[in-house]
Amino acid sequence: MKVGVVVFPGSNCDHDAWYAVTHNLGHEAEFLWHSDPSVGAVDAVIVPGGFSYGDYLRCGAIAKFSPIMSAVKKFAADGGIVMGICNGFQILTESGLLPGALIRNRGLKFICAPVDLRVETTNSPFTAMARKGQILSTPIAHGEGCYIAGERTLDELEAEDRVLFRYVNNPNGSLRDIAGICNAGRNVLGMMPHPERATDPLMGSTDGLVILQSVAATLTPAAK
Amino acid sequence: MTITADVLARHHITQEEYQVILKELGREPTFTELGIFSVMWSEHCSYKSSRIHLKKLPTRSKLVVQGPGENAGIIDIGQGYAIAFKIESHNHPSFIEPFQGAATGVGGILRDIFTMGARPIAVMDALRFGPLDDPHNGRRNRRILDGVVSGISHYGNCFGVPTVGGECVFEPVYNGNPLVNVFALGVVRKEDIFYAKATGAGNPVIYVGSKTGKDGVHGATMASAEFTEEAMAKRPNVQVGDPFMEKLLLEACLEAMKTGAIVGIQDMGAAGLTCSTCEMGSRGNVGIEIDLMHVPQRETGMSPYEIMLSESQERMLLVAEKGREKEVFDVFEKWGLDAATIGVVIDENTLRVKDHGVVVAEIPNASLTGAAPMYDRPHAVKPFRAAPIQGPSFASSDLTADLRRILSSADVCSKRYIWQQYDHMVRTNTTLGPGADAAIVRIKETGTSVAMALDGNGRMCSLDPRLGVQLIVAECCRNLSTVGALPVAATNNLNFGNPERPEIMAQLVEAIEGMAEACAFFDTPITGGNVSLYNETRTGEELVAIYPTPVIGIVGLLPTQTPVSMPFRNPGRDVVLLGGLGHCDLAQFGGTQYAKVILSDLWGVPPALDMHYEKRVHAAARQAVAEGLAESAHDISDGGLAVALAECCFRTTSPGGGIGAAIDLASDLRPEFLLFHEGPSRIVISTANAARIHAIAAEHDIEVHTIGRTVEGRLSIRGSGTLLIDSPVEELDSIWEEALEQLLRD
Repeated sequence: MKVGVVVFPGSNCDHDAWYAVTHNLGHEAEFLWHSDPSVGAVDAVIVPGGFSYGDYLRCGAIAKFSPIMSAVKKFAADGGIVMGICNGFQILTESGLLPGALIRNRGLKFICAPVDLRVETTNSPFTAMARKGQILSTPIAHGEGCYIAGERTLDELEAEDRVLFRYVNNPNGSLRDIAGICNAGRNVLGMMPHPERATDPLMGSTDGLVILQSVAATLTPAAK
Repeated sequence: MTITADVLARHHITQEEYQVILKELGREPTFTELGIFSVMWSEHCSYKSSRIHLKKLPTRSKLVVQGPGENAGIIDIGQGYAIAFKIESHNHPSFIEPFQGAATGVGGILRDIFTMGARPIAVMDALRFGPLDDPHNGRRNRRILDGVVSGISHYGNCFGVPTVGGECVFEPVYNGNPLVNVFALGVVRKEDIFYAKATGAGNPVIYVGSKTGKDGVHGATMASAEFTEEAMAKRPNVQVGDPFMEKLLLEACLEAMKTGAIVGIQDMGAAGLTCSTCEMGSRGNVGIEIDLMHVPQRETGMSPYEIMLSESQERMLLVAEKGREKEVFDVFEKWGLDAATIGVVIDENTLRVKDHGVVVAEIPNASLTGAAPMYDRPHAVKPFRAAPIQGPSFASSDLTADLRRILSSADVCSKRYIWQQYDHMVRTNTTLGPGADAAIVRIKETGTSVAMALDGNGRMCSLDPRLGVQLIVAECCRNLSTVGALPVAATNNLNFGNPERPEIMAQLVEAIEGMAEACAFFDTPITGGNVSLYNETRTGEELVAIYPTPVIGIVGLLPTQTPVSMPFRNPGRDVVLLGGLGHCDLAQFGGTQYAKVILSDLWGVPPALDMHYEKRVHAAARQAVAEGLAESAHDISDGGLAVALAECCFRTTSPGGGIGAAIDLASDLRPEFLLFHEGPSRIVISTANAARIHAIAAEHDIEVHTIGRTVEGRLSIRGSGTLLIDSPVEELDSIWEEALEQLLRD
C-alpha cells in the first residue's frame, strides 16, 4: 500500500503520519504538496494534523480551497480511502466530505492527553481489524475538537452505523461523545484523536496501529 | 534632531558612553546611529554588566561543537548528528502583554535553533509568577499566568514543536516581575550546521520572512531597565507573534540551506535588522551594506530609525553565494514568503545603512560589538538578602495535614493544568514528557535519546546565591541521572535585579562563580544562555527586586529505551533510598517548602552540598537504570522525602501510579526535618532487586537504605516505628491534582 500524506503550509503532523506508515506499519508513504492538482498513484490519503494555512478564519476553512483538496475530493468520490486526522478532520468537514463541524473545546482550552476511544463498529475499512467495543488509548491534541452536527445528522450517522469511535470520557464536549465518523460511502474517515501517535511502544501505546492495519488489509487483502 | 541630554536618557545611554560614541565615530552620530548604538549597547545585547563575569564559565568539552557567541550552543551526540539548544528569557514583555510576550519568547528561541540548521524537537519553560492568591495582586497574577500559558501553547502547538516539560514557581517577589524563560532544543546533521557569519565581499544579503513594522521598536532597551508605573505605556514595544509564519520560515530555511547556496544566516530577534547586520559582518570580519528601500515593509512612512530598530517577528537575514540567489528565492516563493536582496557584503568592517541611496548610518562593526561598554560594576559587598539566619521554633501537630498542605501548594502541586495545554507529543519523539524529573525525546536519526532538565530555585539562591546555584546544577544533573541520562552540557538564564546596585551585582557574581565551579565539576559546560537584569519594580518609594533566579537547563544523553519514570509500578517492591536520609539543622531548613507553606517563613542557609558525593549518587542511579533494576525512580527536591514518596504514588500519564508504600525510617532527625528537609544527593527507587542496588551503592561508596515496600493504595511513613504520616493515596492524589485549578478559579 502507498499512502499519500498531504502537506499544507502549517501541517505539523505530516511527518508523524509518514513515519507511522513507513516505520511502524511497514508500508510506503509519500508527501502530497498542497498545490498539487492530483494525488498521483497512491492507494490512500491521509490529511494530517496541524494548523493548515495557520487555521486563519476558521480551522480548515482555507485548506478546502487548495488544489490538493479538489484532488482528494475526486479521489474520495472514486472510492479512494481518505483519513482526516485532527486538523484533517476539520478540513474534511469544511470540504463537505464529512457532515458536521468541529468547534472550540467545551473547556475553551487546548488539550493534549491520551484518551480512551471505543470502537463502535467494525464495518469500515478503518476498523475492520478491530473488535467492536475495543478500547483504544490514543492521544488527542486540539483546541477545537468538539464535534457538533444537527440532531437529524447525528441520528443519521448512528442509524447508518457511521460513528466509528466514541470517547469513553468525553474530553471536549463532542455531541454524543463522537470522536470519529465516516461518510456514507464508508471510505472517508475523520477523527480528532491521533492514531499515528499511538503506533510505537515507546510512545506509550500502539493502539492506533489497528486503524492503519485495517486500511492496509482492506487495500492489500493478500497481506491480511 | 539634536542630541540632547534628554534624548540620550531616553536611549539609556550615559554621558560617558556618549563620549565613547563620539570618539569611535569621530563625529556626532545621526539619530539613526544613536538608535543603533542604544540597542547594540543595551544590557540585553551587549551584556555590559555581566560579560566580565560570564568569562569565568566553563564552555568547552570534547562534545562541545559550538560554545557561547552563536545563536545557540551545539554538542555532538554521535553518529554524525548534533543538538543545538539554548534558553532565553522574555520576562519584561510577558509582564506587559502576557500572551504575546510569552508567544514571541517561544518564537525567538525557536529561530535561534533553526538558524543553526537544526530542526527544533523540544521546548521547555521555566515560569515565575506572583502568588495566585496574593491579596493585592492575585487577580493580575492569575491573568498573567493564563496569558503566558496560552501564549506558549498557541505558539508552540501551531509551530509543531512539543513542549515537553518545565517548572513553575510562585513568590511575591515576582508580583511585578514575572519570569518567562524558554528553552529549546533541535537536532542537526553535523555537516549541515550553519553559522551566523557573513563572508565573501559581493555576496548578496537577503531578507526573508515577515514584513517589517513598527512593533517592538526598542524592545531590547525596554528589557534593560527596571519597571516603573509607566511600564504599561510601553505595550506598543511588545512584538506580536505569528507561529504559522514561523513554521513556514522554518521549513523554508531548512530547505534553502539544503541548496548549498547559503553562506550564513541569522535570525532577527532583539534589535532586529541592526543586530543581525552588524553581528554577521563582525563575525565574518567583513561589513554589510544595505539600502532600507529594499526592506519589505508593513506600513508606509517608516523612518530609517524605526526600520533598523523594529523587532517585528519571524524574520531572518541571510547571505547567499553571488549568482545563486534564484535558488534561494525559489524556495521562499514555494513557501509563500517574502525574500528580498537588501544589500551586499563589503570588504570594510563597517555597517553601512542607506535609505534610497543616501547614507543614514555608517558605523565600524567593532564600535558596536568590541567597543561596547563592559562594566566591572561594584560588588564588594554581601549579596542582598532580607531573610534572617535564625529560624523560629516550631513543632508540627499533624504531619499528615502538613503533607497535604504542601502537596496542595502552588509550587508543589500538579502542573497538569498548564502542560495539558501544550502539545507535548507532536513529532512522536517524547518518551518521557511533562511532570517527570527530566524529559526525554528520542532522536529518530540516531536511535539514541536526549534528556533535558530545567531547574531554578530563587528561594535558595536568595539565601546564598553561590551555594544555591550549585544546588540547581546538582539537581539538574540528578534529574537526568534519575532517568538514566549522562549530563553533558548546559545553558543558563540569569534573572536578576538591577546590577547597578552593588548588593544585587554581588548576587550575580556569586551565582556565576558558583555555577562555574559546579558546571566544571559535573562536566556540563555552558554553551550559551541569556542574562536578564533590571527585574525590579518601583512602586512609589518601594523597590522590589526578584530573588536572584538563575535557571539552568542541562541536557543528557542515553540510549533509547522504555523510560524509567516516577510512579511506583507494582506493589510488593522494595523502596530504596539512594544517597541516604541526608542531614539537616534548623538553619538549613529555612529555604524548604515546609518553611514556605507551613510556616510562611524564609530563613537560614541552603542545605549543604558535597559535590563529590552527589556525583557518585548520579553514577549509581544511572547504573541502576542501565541494569534495568529501577522500576521507578524519582529524585528528592522540593518538599523533601515525604513529598517525593507521595509523588511516586500518584497517577501521571506514565504507566503505573496509584500504588502506595509502607515506609519506616530509622533516623535521629526530628520528624519535620526527616520528612521535609530538602538536602540534595538522594533518589528514591522501587525495585525487585534491592540487593543488587545495595551492591551498586557500595561500589560507588554511597549510603543506601531499603526504607520500605510498595503496597496497594496507602502511603504510610514511620519514624523508627512511630507513625508519622498515613493517608490513602487517592486522597493525596486528588488534593495534589486539583490544587492549581482551584487556585486559578478563585
